[in-house]
Amino acid sequence: MTEDVETVERVTGTGVPVRGNDIDTDQIIPARFLKVVTFDGLGQFVFQDVRFTDDDEPKDHPFNEDRFRDASILVVNANFGCGSSREHAPQALKRWGIDAIVGESFAEIFAGNCLALGVPTVTADQAEIEALQEFVDENPDAEIDVDVDDETVSYGDREIDATVDDAQRRALVEGVWDTTALMKSNAEAVAETAASLPYIEAGAGGDA
Amino acid sequence: MSEGTLYDKVWDRHKVTTLPTGQDQLFVGLHLVHEVTSPQAFGMLRERDMEVAYPERTHATVDHIVPTDDLDRPFEGAAEEMMSQLEENVREAGIEFSHPGTGDQGIVHVIGPEQGLTQPGMTVVCGDSHTSTHGAFGALAFGIGTSQIRDVLATGTVAMEKKDVRRVRVDGELGEGVEAKDVILEIIRRLGTDGGVGYVYEYAGEAIRNLDMEGRMSICNMSIEGGARAGYVEPDETTYEWLRETDAFEDDPERFEELKPYWESIASDDDAEYDDEVVIDGSALDPVVTWGTTPGQGVGIDDPIPAPEDLPEDKQDTARRAQEHMRVEPGETMAGYPIDVAFLGSCTNARLPDLRRAARVVAGREVHDDVRAMVVPGSQRVKAAAEREGLDEVFREAGFDWRGAGCSMCLGMNPDQLEGDEACASSSNRNFVGRQGSKEGRTVLMNPRMVAAAAIEGEVTDVRDLPETEVKA
Repeated sequence: MTEDVETVERVTGTGVPVRGNDIDTDQIIPARFLKVVTFDGLGQFVFQDVRFTDDDEPKDHPFNEDRFRDASILVVNANFGCGSSREHAPQALKRWGIDAIVGESFAEIFAGNCLALGVPTVTADQAEIEALQEFVDENPDAEIDVDVDDETVSYGDREIDATVDDAQRRALVEGVWDTTALMKSNAEAVAETAASLPYIEAGAGGDA
Repeated sequence: MSEGTLYDKVWDRHKVTTLPTGQDQLFVGLHLVHEVTSPQAFGMLRERDMEVAYPERTHATVDHIVPTDDLDRPFEGAAEEMMSQLEENVREAGIEFSHPGTGDQGIVHVIGPEQGLTQPGMTVVCGDSHTSTHGAFGALAFGIGTSQIRDVLATGTVAMEKKDVRRVRVDGELGEGVEAKDVILEIIRRLGTDGGVGYVYEYAGEAIRNLDMEGRMSICNMSIEGGARAGYVEPDETTYEWLRETDAFEDDPERFEELKPYWESIASDDDAEYDDEVVIDGSALDPVVTWGTTPGQGVGIDDPIPAPEDLPEDKQDTARRAQEHMRVEPGETMAGYPIDVAFLGSCTNARLPDLRRAARVVAGREVHDDVRAMVVPGSQRVKAAAEREGLDEVFREAGFDWRGAGCSMCLGMNPDQLEGDEACASSSNRNFVGRQGSKEGRTVLMNPRMVAAAAIEGEVTDVRDLPETEVKA
């Protein structure tokens, strides 16, 4: 492996809990903020409609609390990131400062989008997650250690068993989550696969 | 692990290799592109000095941001920048673009099938979660994020992990007034919004077989609302009849005959093995409407809204919050829930048969005084076909707004939005808080005929209580 490959074996930082099941990507980044042609600047709008009133007055939300301002590990409940496929959601979270998400479960497209940004989505059972959320609430300055390779989350004097999807773990630990170049290098095999498909007309093909 | 299913077969035919992550690299047969999720991907390609590998397997349209009343350029605000970026990107790459000037523009999941771009046994991807729609044709179709769009543009392939296959069998005949939309809302109600995570759904059984292609699309469309990234129906004569009349084959019957054996070959084997199976009695269903703020919070029109404490523990908090937002009480039915807006549109339910059925409810009646009602056909072609049949007149006479094609009020990205705490009877797919553009807005999902009935009565209404009028073409 070359020196310049970025890997994510572990993420260490303080936490921020966002409670509730089925938090959809419309909540994470409302559709009106998708009217952009780059992802820059999305960080300030993360959770906008649950964080602010129409008059831009801050509401009760962990992302508005000073004590969580430097957090990098988001702790969530079940089916986080469901709904729209917008990568704007993990982009907004990452640009706000989130480097890893620990939760009960994640929607598939969302988890895939996080992986594409090198952000692990780590799961643990409900009781463990609730305990972790409580800990973070009481200890906003305490360090949490998400070990992607060992599939554990450690905080205080506890270490909990977590799960990282196999492909995600390998991609992060070996630094191969950005698959473009890798897949590009298989261009010849891609062209062969394409040519074997009845619906691809002979002579058509990519730039292989 | 499943064996011999359509999913297994299509996967194997498109697999290029296994990547070091353990994911498979899959060839993409059709890549659909729209203005919201693609500009950043084209930008990343430029940064890496890469070109689009398979422009001829790529097709673009514009749907999320287009106004549905006035298409004069420039569009308002950022919408114009998104439109011109898309125009520049497709021009540079040589990608075909169904823009409004072609008469072929529309919601990406409506135009792909209607142009015959979507075919059985293909892999179809798009930066849009409702790409699952195309599974109705026996394609393996799923939504992807922007970084994956970059991959597909650059390589014609996508990295994916294989999922389990759950067969969802809907037996029996659907009752009068019960539609595909009701079936999928019931499936999501039963299996949960995350019940399909890790699965691809194969929809089977008599009730599915009897559906037209549009109904099958409505069902596959909302697979993602149940957590399943992809869902499909095996191709059959209904599928082939539809395909025969699309642009792809209308003038090329030989090509149709050439491909048909392939389409037949990818159907699931009789002895295929599934990872899970769920059976639903389709004949027992009533029209389903949602009472909450997730698509899984549905209820039969005559049934009481559940008390949160009667739901599984992990659903209780969400249900309480949803009932507060929607201002509904456990024990009541949704019938009689007052509505302010009726939206007939979206990639779930804005195809010609959807409009025809709704028109039969609307004909000879008037939209309730307190309701603003709109019909947004799924594509310019749907709109033109409906106008040839005079459906626009039926809707207009009743007091509906008859709009141009686009995503419209399904999501708050264009001028069509809810205001304040308006309640909307909607044929779309998501009732998330804020989804329709106002965070106090309230969305009640239902089938298109039920939307028509709600528009007329000013409240959620069992459409079976409204006699229909034949609409002559």
